[in-house]
Amino acid sequence: MRVVIAEDHALLRDGLTRILEAFDFDVVAVVDRGPDVVPALLENKPDVAVLDVRLPPTFTDEGLQAAISVRREAPGLPILVLSQHVEPLYARELLSDRRGGVGYLLKDRVSDVAQFIDAVRQVAGGGTVMDPEVVARLLDRSRPLDVLTAREREVLGEMATGRSNAAIAAKLFVTEKAVSKHINNIFTKLGLPVSEDDNRRVLAVLAYLDS
Amino acid sequence: MESVETRDWIRDGLRAVAAGALSIVLAVLNLPLFVLFVLSLVLTPVLGIGFFLLPAVTALIRLKANAARGMAAWHGVPIPRPYRPKPAGVAPVGWKRYHWIITDPATWRDFAWLLPGAVAGLVLGILTLAIPAYGVEGIVLLPLWIYLAEGWSGYAAMWPIESVGEGFLSLPMGLAILALGIAVAPYLRRADAWFVRLFLAPTRAAELRLRVDQLTVTRADTVDAQAAELRRIERDLHDGAQARLVSLGMTIGLAEELIERDPATARKLLSEARDNSSTALVELRHLVRGIHPPVLAERGLDGAVRALALSSRIPTTVDSDLTGRLETPVESAAYFAIAEGLANVQRHSGATFAYVSMHRLGDVLHLEVGDDGRGGADMTSGTGLAGMERRLAAFDGTMSLSSPPGGPTIVSMELPCASSSPRTMLSSGTD
Repeated sequence: MRVVIAEDHALLRDGLTRILEAFDFDVVAVVDRGPDVVPALLENKPDVAVLDVRLPPTFTDEGLQAAISVRREAPGLPILVLSQHVEPLYARELLSDRRGGVGYLLKDRVSDVAQFIDAVRQVAGGGTVMDPEVVARLLDRSRPLDVLTAREREVLGEMATGRSNAAIAAKLFVTEKAVSKHINNIFTKLGLPVSEDDNRRVLAVLAYLDS
Repeated sequence: MESVETRDWIRDGLRAVAAGALSIVLAVLNLPLFVLFVLSLVLTPVLGIGFFLLPAVTALIRLKANAARGMAAWHGVPIPRPYRPKPAGVAPVGWKRYHWIITDPATWRDFAWLLPGAVAGLVLGILTLAIPAYGVEGIVLLPLWIYLAEGWSGYAAMWPIESVGEGFLSLPMGLAILALGIAVAPYLRRADAWFVRLFLAPTRAAELRLRVDQLTVTRADTVDAQAAELRRIERDLHDGAQARLVSLGMTIGLAEELIERDPATARKLLSEARDNSSTALVELRHLVRGIHPPVLAERGLDGAVRALALSSRIPTTVDSDLTGRLETPVESAAYFAIAEGLANVQRHSGATFAYVSMHRLGDVLHLEVGDDGRGGADMTSGTGLAGMERRLAAFDGTMSLSSPPGGPTIVSMELPCASSSPRTMLSSGTD
């Protein structure tokens, strides 16, 4: 699998490259500046990109902006965004094109290498992976989607972090069948049209972020 | 539309006429105050009577002068109060108080105003009343003239009135003069206010002194708050991330030792080390968010407040017309004030809805945080609101709170955006 990395800290850049190469990813390009991200992605057309949010020259959110703009030109290009902090606001912007293939994780998560690699693969496969902290901060609010039951909100939260039905079932100690029933209820209650399952999952997560 | 404007014009005029009547009464009061002040100066050597009399008389004069300043402000001419602050530990009577009063130039400017102020107040006040009164006379004159049918020499342009036909003319002339009187009354009041300002406004020196006093207080507050903040950060780092990194080093060192002899334990230690590094990162993230939230650095005030609203426990809307970036310190002060406001909403208000509005008018940032909660918030209870006010004061910002029992609560803040430009004008009076 071909990967492009954008990260300005040399230590983290090398660490990421080392981890990804150890799991047989082919790191085709590494950039360390915001303006270089979009050209590198459009030129290499990787299977997945791993971008830092904050990059030179302005050290604000050029990584995020690059992700959003590159997906306008190359719709659905899988991108995993890493950051020292996560904001539901940014998650919402990343998902706003309503396509899958988006991940948004704290940099800390990289230290759980197996889980990080799993997230990269899921994003490359068109899945949506939100950091548990984004989900936790949304769950903290007292205005969850009113139409959903507590259990359904829980399932939706797990879904947002990119877990499969089987993984959700294991985490919540219920059967996989029960999970898929909850998920169908969520789709129905949120009025999401029957379509490719993955896309509906993205839309459900987006509705969650918008609530 | 026109009738509303007409009503406004008449209402303003009538108010000004009433204020004119009031100013006559107040002007007359200046005379006994003048006499009392002179008396208290003259009587100072006589048994020290002045030591008792002067503070009392000065208090009355200041009350009177402040009333005049208040009336001037009411007519659109704001006048700050120029008095020197009372030194600490001054008894109600005695040499110290006497000294404080007679060395304040504002005392003498007040004194200098008493007589000219009385004359101007009387002349302008009488003029304010006389024109409409003469108009009323013209309106009332006609029936009187018809009733009495004699003895009136004339009115306005008609001298003398010799027939009923000429008498009729007093009615339109009276109406015109009444209208004129009502129309010019606000201008006469304004003229009086300008005259008051001539004497009672702070001199440039007094203005600067007031500014220095204010800056001294806000600077001390800022320095204190900053020192406390640094101490907190130091403690958090020392007890948190720093301690965790030390333990991390130890755990990894031990794992290194054990990796050959006891791989299972080494693996356990390494996983422990990773957990510890995660916790250290979480703590650092919280700390960083408290110092300068990353989203504020990345998106500016508008984006940071939107992010804040999105994570708020209570549904919160953001209405903002801010574009571009403000100066970093202003951004930060405004952000933390709003964050504190929203935190208060979540902690105390019991609200189901909150809003933030941010608008920039010229060089002033207008911020508002409101909710539909139970109200009854108080500036003096708790440290949150007072802290907000101190934070804003460092930037010449102000804050006001409206929170009647039963709600809603609205915190309004104003913050100058061009904070680096020197400001010596005071927008309102301070004691």
